[in-house]
Amino acid sequence: MASYAALAIRVKGQVQGVGFRPFIWQIAKELECLGEVLNDNHGVLIKLLCPVDADAFIEVMQQRLPPLAAIDEIAVSEAYFSTLPTDFLITASQAGVTNTRVAPDSATCDACLTELFDTTDRRYQYPFINCTHCGPRFSIIKSVPYDRKATTMAPFALCDDCQQEYQHPANRRFHAQPNACPECGPKLQFVDSGGSVTAEEDEALTAAAQALAQGRIVAIKALGGFHLAVDASNAQAVERLRERKQRPSKPFALMVANAAQACNLAQVNTAQEDALTSQAAPIVLLTARQRSGLAPGVAPGQHRVGVMLPSNPLQHCLLSRLNTPLVMTSGNASGRPPCITNEQALKELADIADDWLLHNRDINNRVDDSIVQHNGERVQVIRRARGYVPTPISLPSGFEAANGVLAFGADLKNTFCLLKDGAALLSPHLGDLADADLFNSYQENIGYFSQLYDFTAQLGCCDAHPGYLSHAFAQKHGYPVEAIQHHHAHLAACLVDNDKALNHEPVFALVLDGIGWGDDSSEHDFWGAEILFGNYHQCQRLGGLSPMPLLGGDKAAKEPWRNLLVYLDVYVENWEQSSSSLPISLLQTKPLTLLRSALTSKINCPQSSSCGRLFDAAAALLTDCFEWQSFEGEAAMALESLAWQALPSAAELKLELELEFDQRLAMKRLWQALVGCSSSKAERALGFHRNLANLLLGMLLDKAGDRRGDVVLSGGVMQNRLLHELLVSGASQLGFNVLVHSDIPANDGGLAVGQAVIAWANVSTEVQTSASEYNHD
Amino acid sequence: MTGTKITLAHGSGGLAMQQLIKDLFVKYFNNPHLSLMEDQAQLSLASFSNSTDKLAFATDSFVIDPITFNGGDIGKLAVCGTVNDLAVGGAIPKYLSAGFIIEEGLDLATLELIVKSMAQQAERAGVSIVTGDTKVVHKGACDKLFINTSGIGVIPENRCLGVSQVQAGDKVLVNGTLGDHATAILQARGELALSGDISSDCAALNELTELMQVAGKVHAMRDATRGGVAAVCNEISESSQLSICLKETQLPIHQEVRAVSEMLGLDPLLMANEGKLVAFVAAENADAVLAAMQSHPLGKQAACIGEVSDATTPQVVVEGLYGTHRQLQMPVGEQLPRIC
Ligand SMILES: [Fe+3]
Ligand SMILES: [Mg+2]
Ligand SMILES: [Zn+2]
Ligand SMILES: [Zn+2]
Repeated sequence: MASYAALAIRVKGQVQGVGFRPFIWQIAKELECLGEVLNDNHGVLIKLLCPVDADAFIEVMQQRLPPLAAIDEIAVSEAYFSTLPTDFLITASQAGVTNTRVAPDSATCDACLTELFDTTDRRYQYPFINCTHCGPRFSIIKSVPYDRKATTMAPFALCDDCQQEYQHPANRRFHAQPNACPECGPKLQFVDSGGSVTAEEDEALTAAAQALAQGRIVAIKALGGFHLAVDASNAQAVERLRERKQRPSKPFALMVANAAQACNLAQVNTAQEDALTSQAAPIVLLTARQRSGLAPGVAPGQHRVGVMLPSNPLQHCLLSRLNTPLVMTSGNASGRPPCITNEQALKELADIADDWLLHNRDINNRVDDSIVQHNGERVQVIRRARGYVPTPISLPSGFEAANGVLAFGADLKNTFCLLKDGAALLSPHLGDLADADLFNSYQENIGYFSQLYDFTAQLGCCDAHPGYLSHAFAQKHGYPVEAIQHHHAHLAACLVDNDKALNHEPVFALVLDGIGWGDDSSEHDFWGAEILFGNYHQCQRLGGLSPMPLLGGDKAAKEPWRNLLVYLDVYVENWEQSSSSLPISLLQTKPLTLLRSALTSKINCPQSSSCGRLFDAAAALLTDCFEWQSFEGEAAMALESLAWQALPSAAELKLELELEFDQRLAMKRLWQALVGCSSSKAERALGFHRNLANLLLGMLLDKAGDRRGDVVLSGGVMQNRLLHELLVSGASQLGFNVLVHSDIPANDGGLAVGQAVIAWANVSTEVQTSASEYNHD
Repeated sequence: MTGTKITLAHGSGGLAMQQLIKDLFVKYFNNPHLSLMEDQAQLSLASFSNSTDKLAFATDSFVIDPITFNGGDIGKLAVCGTVNDLAVGGAIPKYLSAGFIIEEGLDLATLELIVKSMAQQAERAGVSIVTGDTKVVHKGACDKLFINTSGIGVIPENRCLGVSQVQAGDKVLVNGTLGDHATAILQARGELALSGDISSDCAALNELTELMQVAGKVHAMRDATRGGVAAVCNEISESSQLSICLKETQLPIHQEVRAVSEMLGLDPLLMANEGKLVAFVAAENADAVLAAMQSHPLGKQAACIGEVSDATTPQVVVEGLYGTHRQLQMPVGEQLPRIC
């Protein structure tokens, strides 16, 4: 049999369903190569007839990578052809080949945008335009392989024109599974409050734009779920949305047409602009400008606003017809998960929305808007969902064999995580599992992810908190389940985020949290701000904030004043007389005798070193957030916003080190400064952040002695950008190498990754141990 | 009786003990079975009527601090607890046993008060205490007084109550306000600066359960003691594989209990009761059963608090004012905070 020498280039990564093969076809044509390209179980295989300069080919490939593609690994080996190729072909996939990776949903690409606004294009103003470089992916997929019939595009048969595009390798829509046009694709409907369709297709868009311009609340179907939209410059409309959604103060996200408009509302630096215009198109938290024209009710009491650009053509069409930023908040009734079906939206949002902009392409997987913030040039993902999921999180060296681990995550801000083939597959942000509907979708999502990735759990892991719903649920599956300490999981997630290897030596960590169930090493069960020393395999608590009672258990997390009372009673003598400020007099109207007797008798007053509650206490004193928080983190965010007012410029953010090694004294000083001092509230709020940073660093240094090296900063409190920057600055000055979060949330949304890698580390140690024992024989 | 305090001699098996039994227990529990002072009570089978009836048998031990509180004492609790355990199974309680573990040094007067209270409660509930036991332990080996009661009752023919009878569509009824007992105990301990006047709901519910079963088909009943309504609903949901949805706005809660529990962050659904049952009643009979409950003094504030439904994953859910659906977990010991 004849044999013709060839080189095989194997490419692994996100290379399927993203226009990779036609892209290779184009390079091959350009470089005049002969051979073939095909998808297989491992990714993409390229075979080039010799003689060929494979290095040059690879260089071009890497330089011009399609927007949605990502290469993890390239390997070149020798191969041969049994018949002499005369062309370069895209060979059909072999039967049984599974697409190994599903791409995330991606914002409309520039080429599609140009067509969208080109009056001569057949897709002019067509709200479902997409191509291999953009459009829906994860949100519409039902099963693998990623093929049109396995998506919610299945009911739409391609018209001849679309079919032509789909078939031709040179076309941008070659194998673009959601390819569609006005002829054959999904269509819009505008539904009024009476439930009847009053406009369709382009007229539906016009009707929606008009409704919004009139200040009406419109429920709009987006990529991964519904939004509720109103004109963000219309104060009355925004107030009405707040009332109907029973959402008194939680900031609303905004959507503007483009980056230039974002600059009108807020300060946008280059890194932030990059994030806004990225394929993921997340909500970016930006420092708001004065007199931006926004209604005051958009983000009351906050110095930042969350802004995003349109992430689908429907939103582009809508925004282009309006001259105003829109509030784009998630389309859910109070306390419920966002709607994804038309039926849900019509029913559950009936008391909120005035009108509905619907379409007939189903959303199969709910993915909320992602949220990111910036610290300098660094992007930090706070909520990881649309645009990021389900891109695997690559694991550091040593985890190559990681497999079969299912981490059930935390109960609030829940995500779960699978370890498969050396990567971490983190679910989209789901939410609080105490919600019954959400808990059901948690179970469904775990099943769905397992099916999608052909995953069978061999080892489960969950948070150690015995009262977590996820903890109880994890035990019900038959495989062994490891309980992982909460703070250790935060530490490990940060190590992964910094690509630290499986055998990395123990590092210091400041994990600042609301609460996380501790281990036996402390007398209090509920850990908060802790100093740890550990790696994937082990973790030791060196110290932490002194525990304080959570007055009323979970009530303490809802009502900031409870924490103020607890801290004042301990750290400020005669606080009743110490100040005439409003919060102090308000506090005295509470049934103090009853509350203090509950504290003394320890009735529902568990001890916790919570950092979140310390923030709540200070916020109760200095901000309007005294009585109760309408959303998690409200008090702490208000305190941070207040502190920023005292900073002339963010560039000045350097911590003056004033370390106090006696925690009691440091805390006393902190509280006396908060209560007694005559400076402005903003200055006191800033002082609180500075004092706290110094206190924490003092505690760290006390434990670290002469040792330096890495220090991890993690936990939900690290979302506080001010405290985070002060700690980064201070720890660096002290000679530590600071490890912070970027792609994996520092809050409980990243916890599942940490749980999973710890569980795997424990298993792989057992394997090693038993192997070494075996060697002794 | 000599002396004013319980001594180890009272548990010695000798004269002091004989005297204690005669002067105290037999005196107050006075009935023909007990008066014979045999080692066992001999009960005529005729008193259990038909041979197709079933016998119900239950036991419970009572340890509570303090032993007397507003609305009751450990003795009353010991009678009601076992009577209720029998009654919620559809039984008519008949006979009780009573075992006492007494700490050396307990005031005789206190013991007498409690024994008297037991006798009164037994009479009210229509049961006889027909056999008993007394032990005295060294100071510190128990706290004042522990009581165990066991009871037998008769379940008339055709009555079949139990979790297996619970069906989707059943209504969930309670006979009154939740958390009164737990609040009364907090108050009685004197550790809380509580000014209110909440009394324990401690009561025997056998008369009420008879009324209910005459009014309509009751599928199952449970006594909502430790762990409160939350524990009952979780047990039923777990073993029936059905979901239970409770409506927060329908829960009967005493105004003072509501205020105290809100201030202390306690959930009345998890708080202990000693005279509250949760009944699962066929939807078509719910109104009639509820009306019957409300006609009885121990059910004046009875309410329908929720409904049973089918579900792929059984859950106990509390529907809030604005349509939120919060999962209600099986209590894990004390209430543990989980909000991060
Ligand atoms: Fe946490
Ligand atoms: Mg009982
Ligand atoms: Zn495109
Ligand atoms: Zn078409």
